Amino acid sequence: MLLLAIDTATSAITVALHDGGVVLAESSTLDARGHGEYLAPGIVDVLARAGRTAAEVSAVVAGTGPGPFTGLRVGLVTARTFAFACGIPVFGVCSLDALAHQAWLADAAELGQSCVVATDARRKEVYWARYDITAGGVKRRGEPMVAKAEAIADEVQGLPVIGRGAVLYPDWLGPRVGPLDVSAAALASLAARRLAAGEGLAEAEAMYLRRPDASPLPPRKPALP
Amino acid sequence: MTDGPLVLGVETSCDETGVGIVRGQRLLADAVASSVDEHARFGGVVPEVASRAHLEAMVPTIERACREAGIRLADLDAIAVTAGPGLAGALLVGVAAAKSLAVALGKPLYGVNHLAAHVAVDIVEHGPLPEPTLAMLVSGGHSSLLLVPDVTADVRSLGSTIDDAAGEAFDKVARVLGLPFPGGPHVDRVATEGNSAFVLFPRGLTSGRDMERHRFDFSFSGLKTSVARWVEARERAGEPVPVADVAASFQEAVVDVLTRKAVLACREHGVDDLLIGGGVAANTRLRAMAQERCDAAGIRLRVPRPGLCTDNGAMVAALGAEMVARGRAPSALDIPADSSMPVTLVRA
Ligand SMILES: [Zn+2]
Repeated sequence: MLLLAIDTATSAITVALHDGGVVLAESSTLDARGHGEYLAPGIVDVLARAGRTAAEVSAVVAGTGPGPFTGLRVGLVTARTFAFACGIPVFGVCSLDALAHQAWLADAAELGQSCVVATDARRKEVYWARYDITAGGVKRRGEPMVAKAEAIADEVQGLPVIGRGAVLYPDWLGPRVGPLDVSAAALASLAARRLAAGEGLAEAEAMYLRRPDASPLPPRKPALP
Repeated sequence: MTDGPLVLGVETSCDETGVGIVRGQRLLADAVASSVDEHARFGGVVPEVASRAHLEAMVPTIERACREAGIRLADLDAIAVTAGPGLAGALLVGVAAAKSLAVALGKPLYGVNHLAAHVAVDIVEHGPLPEPTLAMLVSGGHSSLLLVPDVTADVRSLGSTIDDAAGEAFDKVARVLGLPFPGGPHVDRVATEGNSAFVLFPRGLTSGRDMERHRFDFSFSGLKTSVARWVEARERAGEPVPVADVAASFQEAVVDVLTRKAVLACREHGVDDLLIGGGVAANTRLRAMAQERCDAAGIRLRVPRPGLCTDNGAMVAALGAEMVARGRAPSALDIPADSSMPVTLVRA
């Protein structure tokens, strides 16, 4: 198995190759506005460093967000198109799950029994979800949501917070632990674990959690004074 | 390669997800998925709605184009994509998809200018472009006059709109007249029953001083306002609005200015071939008046069929194929989607 993992739901444009057992190569660039520029070169880079070709990739997995829409779509359309071109399957993994898994791989102890992932949703809000820590890994409680940090402060009080949410809103969220942005290596490792455990993976569908900003036309304004 | 390079083109600069496939100068497939219906109730294209639709339509549209053309992706010689100008978020979906195809298939990438592609599409319709060609591009997003010595490398702007695009004016006037979005086809249809000399609406930037400072520029904002005022005056007076006559008179004003300036630009630059592209090129009155005035001036007129005038992937593939055939260098994999890409930059 050769898994190409991509995530663009946070400020990292991150790509990794995973052989089902270990990560072969990872390439990450931090740039909240540069998803379109860095992703394709990142794929070329990990393939070259792992000494593999695009034709050898057997599946693609993409972070499905939630995350700022424009960047998120770059990852998803790249993953779907790559998989179509190679005639291989494409899957999705919630990007908040990848962050939680990444923190758990790094230091499970500091997550306690329950923790929160909160990422930047812009407009003074966070994308967030709560996780229970078990011996086998992290388990999300319910669907990811979008909210003002202030609005969830009581609910998550005292729980360790993974992701940029705790840096942006330290008055409401924290203590801060673990990574700020997704690493595709962690995303790949989570996907490989789920596949090995016989759990199906989700489809590579964007988790927007917000409707597009648009309002139907207002009544016509008078042109005469 | 037989009959020239096989190129797939991706277009997502506005609300059409287009994937076209061209071999040399022959069109093999032109698959388009449009989100226009989703924008109608907003009276204009909503960028986020368009971008979401592009993501969902991308792979199915690529698949449809390949099936139509009867080719496999592995047969391609290159991938071309609109790199700009257009809606930033919408462009980015197409650019990312095209890069991904290029990486997955190991093929060169050509990030091309949307406006140059509107010109190049006529190669697959009417054969090689005369050099130079004068091009007038009119749509909901652009209104420009271009001098095109070489569509793959040298495109010059002679003028463009200083406010609304021509197609935008059609949309806004349609709304004033109670016609649906997008306005172009509806105004065109209603106008056939109307008297185009009913109201003499202003011809923007055609007076003496304007012809010095804005010789080949356009302005449609004043025209739009003057139509709105005329209609409102009628409504306030409690009189019925002669929709067909107003539509015809408005359309006449737009078409008069467009064709007058296009023919003048041909004359002054010694160009014998005029090409009209963009969605508004589907307008029947524009086609008729352009033909009349070109005939009178001894200018050959080229207008692609309506399906190739609106945004589509075929135009991008056509320009890409021409670039490959002429040995132009491909783009780097880190090119940005450039929402304000200047027309002088033909390839990113
Ligand atoms: Zn266009």
